[in-house]
Amino acid sequence: MTGTLIRGASLLGETREDIRIRGGRIAATGRLTPELDERVIDADGLLALPGLVDLHTHLREPGGEASETVLTGTRAAAAGGYTAVFAMANTSPVADTAGVVEQVHALGAQHGYATVRPIGAVTVGLEGERLSEIGAMARSRAQVRVFSDDGKCVHDALLMRRALEYVATFDGVIAQHAQEPRLTEGAQMNEGALSGELGLAGWPAVAEESIVARDVLLAQHTGARLHVCHVSTAGSVDVIRWAKARGIAVTAEVTPHHLLLTEELARGYDARFKVNPPLRRDDDVRALREALADGTIDIVATDHAPHPAEAKECTWAEAAFGMVGLESALPVLQTTMIETGMLGWADLARVMSSAPAEIGRLDGYGDPLTEGAPAHVTLVDPAARRTWSTGDLRGRSRNTPYTGVELAGAIVATVHGGVATVLDGTLVDAEEVARRG
Amino acid sequence: MKHLLSTRDLDRETAVGILDIAEDMALTADREVRKLPTLRGRTVVNLFFEDSTRTRLSFESAAKRLSADVITFSAKGSSVSKGESLKDTAQTLQAMGADAIVVRHHGSGAAHQLAHAGWIDAHVLNAGDGTHEHPTQALLDAFTMRQRRYGADSRGRDLSGMRVVIVGDIVHSRVARSNVWLLTTLGAEVHLVAPRTLLPAGVETWPVTVHEHLEPALALRPDVVMMLRIQQERMHAAFFPSGREYAREWGLTAERFAALGPDTMVMHPGPMNRGLEISSAAADSSASTVLAQVTNGVFIRMAVLYLLVAGSQEASA
Ligand SMILES: [Zn+2]
Repeated sequence: MTGTLIRGASLLGETREDIRIRGGRIAATGRLTPELDERVIDADGLLALPGLVDLHTHLREPGGEASETVLTGTRAAAAGGYTAVFAMANTSPVADTAGVVEQVHALGAQHGYATVRPIGAVTVGLEGERLSEIGAMARSRAQVRVFSDDGKCVHDALLMRRALEYVATFDGVIAQHAQEPRLTEGAQMNEGALSGELGLAGWPAVAEESIVARDVLLAQHTGARLHVCHVSTAGSVDVIRWAKARGIAVTAEVTPHHLLLTEELARGYDARFKVNPPLRRDDDVRALREALADGTIDIVATDHAPHPAEAKECTWAEAAFGMVGLESALPVLQTTMIETGMLGWADLARVMSSAPAEIGRLDGYGDPLTEGAPAHVTLVDPAARRTWSTGDLRGRSRNTPYTGVELAGAIVATVHGGVATVLDGTLVDAEEVARRG
Repeated sequence: MKHLLSTRDLDRETAVGILDIAEDMALTADREVRKLPTLRGRTVVNLFFEDSTRTRLSFESAAKRLSADVITFSAKGSSVSKGESLKDTAQTLQAMGADAIVVRHHGSGAAHQLAHAGWIDAHVLNAGDGTHEHPTQALLDAFTMRQRRYGADSRGRDLSGMRVVIVGDIVHSRVARSNVWLLTTLGAEVHLVAPRTLLPAGVETWPVTVHEHLEPALALRPDVVMMLRIQQERMHAAFFPSGREYAREWGLTAERFAALGPDTMVMHPGPMNRGLEISSAAADSSASTVLAQVTNGVFIRMAVLYLLVAGSQEASA
């Protein structure tokens, strides 16, 4: 088989067309007749979206292979309809040199499930003291354009200013994990009446909002681009809305879990619900959905954060922060944003594919599915419904917060650069993907 | 009752019932043979991830007086402190045939997890979890208040009409949380006094009256003044400037103590910082219930162990 024909898919939920894929590109669209050497995917009733792009993934390799590897993480990504992921820098060693980012980039290319774009650390070792070799990473084969100390905040104001300016030199962007460290010492969950009752140290909204406010002003002052990771509070949304109205070059992301889940889940002390920034209040969830709908928040990013079982089977305070999210992202978005009428499918393609590709300067992703475009395609069955379980996960770790939750939609097929990585809802064999990729 | 994890989920009837059983247990203390055969052949494990000799001895003594076999795991010198997960420890205890696990842990929610994570079948008794709850402390405090107020006529009564002022580090205090829920369930009127830095987020949603200064609360002529232990380290984290200033503003000084009504009880969960949150004049006075609290702690823990372990056996038989 040298080509693929997707028959009868609804493009962005609008027109019904066939899509012919040859040599990694879309060769034709319209009403097409299958050819002898083509694999035919019956997409009747399915939606075709440009392959999803995740700007915030923790692949854990190198150093955290007990939780995830580039291979297992990109398999999870493909299962979730992703064709490109940006891999966060907080590995061991930290991705703060050209050597590490090239290694991660090469592993992604070798396995073929998704394009892996490493994110470079802003500071050496994520220590918040000296800038890492940003230019070397930008000029490396990994072509790093996004820089982040995620997991930690670049809290020193001078360092943040310099980082914004310096990264701008390479058309890059700082993706800030906005968390004032002193206001969140020992913090365990959203600060509020519930944290007071449960006796868990609070992570106050102001610790995020004060950094976002400072950073948008620094972005204004320097004229550089700023990207705010995992916005979690209504107050941050207000600050970003204000900044955008003033023409400041700020973009922002929200995670699927912050669009669906609230702090109430901490009540049972089940550490699967421990995440950073923490789950917030109903009012925050509402504000985040509205901000994603009106464009104040530009994109959805998973913050996929795998952890081994033992990092979650302990007391809340001892447990690791984070939850996996690649496989469940689109179902959560369909459930929270599409079925509530807040976003259409074309908007969803924007917030989960074209806009993250644009922020990350990843060419060839998120383009409309038209003749000549690179063949990154995600097929979704919007009529599917399922009660989520760990059996729906394809990565190495099981720390999903959605067990027992009914979610809409399912990924039926994913095509990355013309190569099918998921067919009939099932991952294609690793050897076949690597060979064809 | 399968577990005792918090006082928040105790209703009035259950709480009064525990206090009444503790009255029965107190009677046995005067007998020649103080041991009851109730829990013979049952195993009670004391699992202490956090050091607390006083609480551990109180639970051991309670379990032994009920004739249970008692095994104690302390954090120091055992695997529980060396990275073994709560789950592994729990499953070890399950394999040893523990009928009840008394757990003390520095992490809020640890008792809840032991009870509900599906790792074990044993009854779980929370002996203090992080800054969350310490239900037997609140029960023994309520028992002590009721006995002082009603003496031999205590049975069946709640704490209606009593006014209790709790002073100090509310935000970090599991004793305060457990007392707030229990005392209000029992009908008492509860007042909290602390600087804003030591009040928990959302305290305005609690069924209490909050005061930032001590004088207005003491002017209400409370029946009970409960002073919480202040940890000296707190001043380094900017909760208050110095011990001297804390004592002056929120301590039960000799002057403030002298101005209390003659029947006002002075309580403290121990151990006390004399000269900081409480003056010796108050601590050593006849108004102080500190030693009675220690004695009553054993009766309350006997009552709870009895209810959990023997009570459920009767129910299932
Ligand atoms: Zn982060």
